[in-house]
Amino acid sequence: MSSYTAATEQDIVEMLAKIGCDSIEDLFAAIPEGVRFDSRLDLPEGKPEQEVYAELRELSARNTSADDEVTFLGAGMYDHYVPSLIDALTSRAEFLTPYTPYQPEVSQGGLQVMFEYQTAISELTGLPVSNASLYEGPSAVGSAAYLAKLVNGRSRHLVSRGVHPHSRATLETLAVGNGTTVEEIPLKDGVTDIEALQAMLGDDVGAVILQQPNFLGSVEDIEQLTAVAKAHGALVIASCDPIPLGILQPPGEQGVDVVVGEGQTLGNRLDYGGPSFGFFAVAQEHIRKMPGRIAGETTDADGRRGWVLTLQTREQHIRREKATSNICTAQALNALAGVVYLAWLGRRGLVELGELLVRRTDFARSQLLALDGVTALHEQPVVREFAIQLDVPVAAVIERCQAEGVNPGFELGREYPEYSNGLLVALTERRGRADIDLLVEVLSSAITAERASRTAVVA
Amino acid sequence: MSQTPQQLDHAVTIFEKSKSGRRAFTPPAAEVPDRPITELIPERMLRVSPAKLPEVSEPEIVRHYTRISKRNFDLDSGFYPLGSCTMKHNPRLHERVAALPGNSRLHPLQDERRAQGALELMWNLQHALGEVAGLPHVSLQPSAGSHGELAGVLLTRAYHEDRGDRRTKVLTPDTAHGTNPATVTMCGYEVVKVGTNPDGGVDLDDLREKADDQVACLMLTNPNTLGLFDTNIEEIAEIVHGVGATLYYDGANLNAVMGISRPGDMGFDIVHFNLHKSFTQPHGGGGPGAGPIAVSERIEPYLPRPQVVRLEGNGGEQPTFTLDDDRPKSIGRLRGFQGNYGVFVRSYAYIRSLGAEGLREASELAVLNANYLLARLSEKGVVEYLPVAYDRVCMHEFVLSGAPMKRDLGIRTLDLAKRLLDHGYHPPTVYFPLLVDEALLIEPTETETKETLDAFADAIAEILVEAANDPSVAQAAPYSTPVRRLDEAGAAKQPVVRQPL
Repeated sequence: MSSYTAATEQDIVEMLAKIGCDSIEDLFAAIPEGVRFDSRLDLPEGKPEQEVYAELRELSARNTSADDEVTFLGAGMYDHYVPSLIDALTSRAEFLTPYTPYQPEVSQGGLQVMFEYQTAISELTGLPVSNASLYEGPSAVGSAAYLAKLVNGRSRHLVSRGVHPHSRATLETLAVGNGTTVEEIPLKDGVTDIEALQAMLGDDVGAVILQQPNFLGSVEDIEQLTAVAKAHGALVIASCDPIPLGILQPPGEQGVDVVVGEGQTLGNRLDYGGPSFGFFAVAQEHIRKMPGRIAGETTDADGRRGWVLTLQTREQHIRREKATSNICTAQALNALAGVVYLAWLGRRGLVELGELLVRRTDFARSQLLALDGVTALHEQPVVREFAIQLDVPVAAVIERCQAEGVNPGFELGREYPEYSNGLLVALTERRGRADIDLLVEVLSSAITAERASRTAVVA
Repeated sequence: MSQTPQQLDHAVTIFEKSKSGRRAFTPPAAEVPDRPITELIPERMLRVSPAKLPEVSEPEIVRHYTRISKRNFDLDSGFYPLGSCTMKHNPRLHERVAALPGNSRLHPLQDERRAQGALELMWNLQHALGEVAGLPHVSLQPSAGSHGELAGVLLTRAYHEDRGDRRTKVLTPDTAHGTNPATVTMCGYEVVKVGTNPDGGVDLDDLREKADDQVACLMLTNPNTLGLFDTNIEEIAEIVHGVGATLYYDGANLNAVMGISRPGDMGFDIVHFNLHKSFTQPHGGGGPGAGPIAVSERIEPYLPRPQVVRLEGNGGEQPTFTLDDDRPKSIGRLRGFQGNYGVFVRSYAYIRSLGAEGLREASELAVLNANYLLARLSEKGVVEYLPVAYDRVCMHEFVLSGAPMKRDLGIRTLDLAKRLLDHGYHPPTVYFPLLVDEALLIEPTETETKETLDAFADAIAEILVEAANDPSVAQAAPYSTPVRRLDEAGAAKQPVVRQPL
């Protein structure tokens, strides 16, 4: 058994004497007999560090990670390169081990990071106010819908079918509690159907929720959709992938009221889905309805510049049942990785990365569409991800590709029955020309082999 | 007064260090045709000017964040007795195993057959947490304690509504964490407060009066935020269940009772864990955490989806693990993917290191440390000014009241906290719980030595002596920190929440 405690037998004797107690057991006398646990928890024996390491290493080796295959799997999380300085900075004890900065005099490092992070998110989204992070993407979408309810009280929320399925599911879960109904705006040609949106809108619609780029990889015409939604007084929420925001017009400049999103692509690992962070930015008028921590600049007693958690009267520990959200612990360390990553990319690097993705994605898309048995699922502009259709079952093709060490992407039929033959292919800067060529070759062979096996069965 | 080097070092942001032309990132070669972007995306959808991110070199980034990191107090450097936060040691083994590529580079949508190690780890953690809770079914999905609470109250709602029972109220004690009432509101219920009895537990008469057939749930922390185990817990459970309501356990204080008393055995239906408290996930300056929930049989059908399940192998084959999405009564999803898996890896490593005996010992020593520190702070010279709010044997934390100190010495709890910073300690939680005047909530945790506790008690005694001589010293503290007391009211009046660029 490993133990991280320090009390010696002698310490325990002295401490009990000071307390005036005969045994440690006596300290638990307040626990009624009926609710004491007198047996031993059914858990394996504790082990020394090296054995725990070996066990965990063995478990992790049973996973096929992005180290083990050439992957084009995205659908909400992407295999970007995480620069080494992020590992170094996020593992510093000064960032890794403190609690939430309740004592600002000894938390200036963390608070300044939050302020810098908020500035970077504000720049990306084109909105003036960012909080210091939420849990992750889909729950941030849920929090944005809750803000809409607080702001206008209207009970119908419209969400595009192009919004990530997990975000839509989270909206449904939370709607039960906040008394809203969630209705889906259909897709047409790979983007949100603006005419359908028009027909669904009314004075009872509190929020219209979009995604940029949408789940199929399409760049949505956010400006037009927003104009239509706002004509009916609905709040517009856009869930965005932050990397494309380096080259796309900022949603805040397109009239969007709340911009949220999954922050994983900003310097965070895949980690089988978390921890990452959610970002959340709003127009100035909604600042006092924001969920989560916000760092603000101020001065100390001697006039020095410093930062504090501000507008805390929105928060649960002050306002309790009248709080704008229940959130407390969020994802400060992951947001630190986010702002370090953005500083590392820098003003020009973010644009260069975005343009690199656009060109490689376009190339990969055109190469795949040239294959026999592959057609476009839509023809919309894309940044880093695109959808194609296969003329053979997608799951079987993925299986064949993975056997060859290539993960070709996400089987759309898992979430969209109407695209049962769809494959969603994602690029990052880690997938170079050779990887794309390999994907084309392996996918082509897999389709051919799958066709042959089907013909054989029919014959 | 002379200033420290850090105080002389005026804070400058990374944006202010930017200089046109500097950079850290070198993009890889595109290796594909260099088509103009406007051919690929309509120009009107593109940015006109780049986001004004800083332009800085890699060495500058490293130095900037390293320098500002030193303006943080952290658990590795000093004692952090922040009540209800369980600031125990964060073993570095956990960082190492979480960073293994099979964990850190595993895509959340990877085919389940190619993620068996991750799913098995999650299933094992579910089992272990269920065992600690004394409740058989666990969902790892919630991302923090408050997220677990949200899940719990939505589960309660689903449970009642499935039986055609629409209820309107949720009870919370006046000692509850703020997240409890905030969660209740988010779930569309009305909060009804229950009072505290003279022993620091739930006022049973008040509870009986307020528990009616409109009550969906009672949310309780046990030991509560006064650090006291509610001796009436069995009766409380009987009253709550008697009106058909559920009993919810806020696991923020679980560190007192692991392997000693199980919430399920106390009668709780739903429990949340804070893996960043009892189970060593580093707090990261405000996250990440994780808030798994354990529930009883009757709540199980409503658990979030997907759920990690084990399928037994046929004829001697190994079991396999899968994500079960087919849960028709489920409340649904609370977030994307499977939860904060990296946190699960760390907490699982902790549980494998300690085992059953180690977890129990951790709780025993946490309670011993708390009672020892309380005894030290009950000595002459301290107890007159900082009496314990409820004079009982405490569990893993205890509450002192600074009211006599304020009255007799002229310094408030806030001043004492700020003066502790000059002694190199992180202060306890202050002004919580709300029902204790000038409260200090102190939780030492099991990983601190007796010597640390002694030195902390001495520092408090010293500050009180100092205040008796000259209260103005504490009133204007701290003096040695990177900045001194900050103008919080000013910050809220004219919020500056981003750098103007």
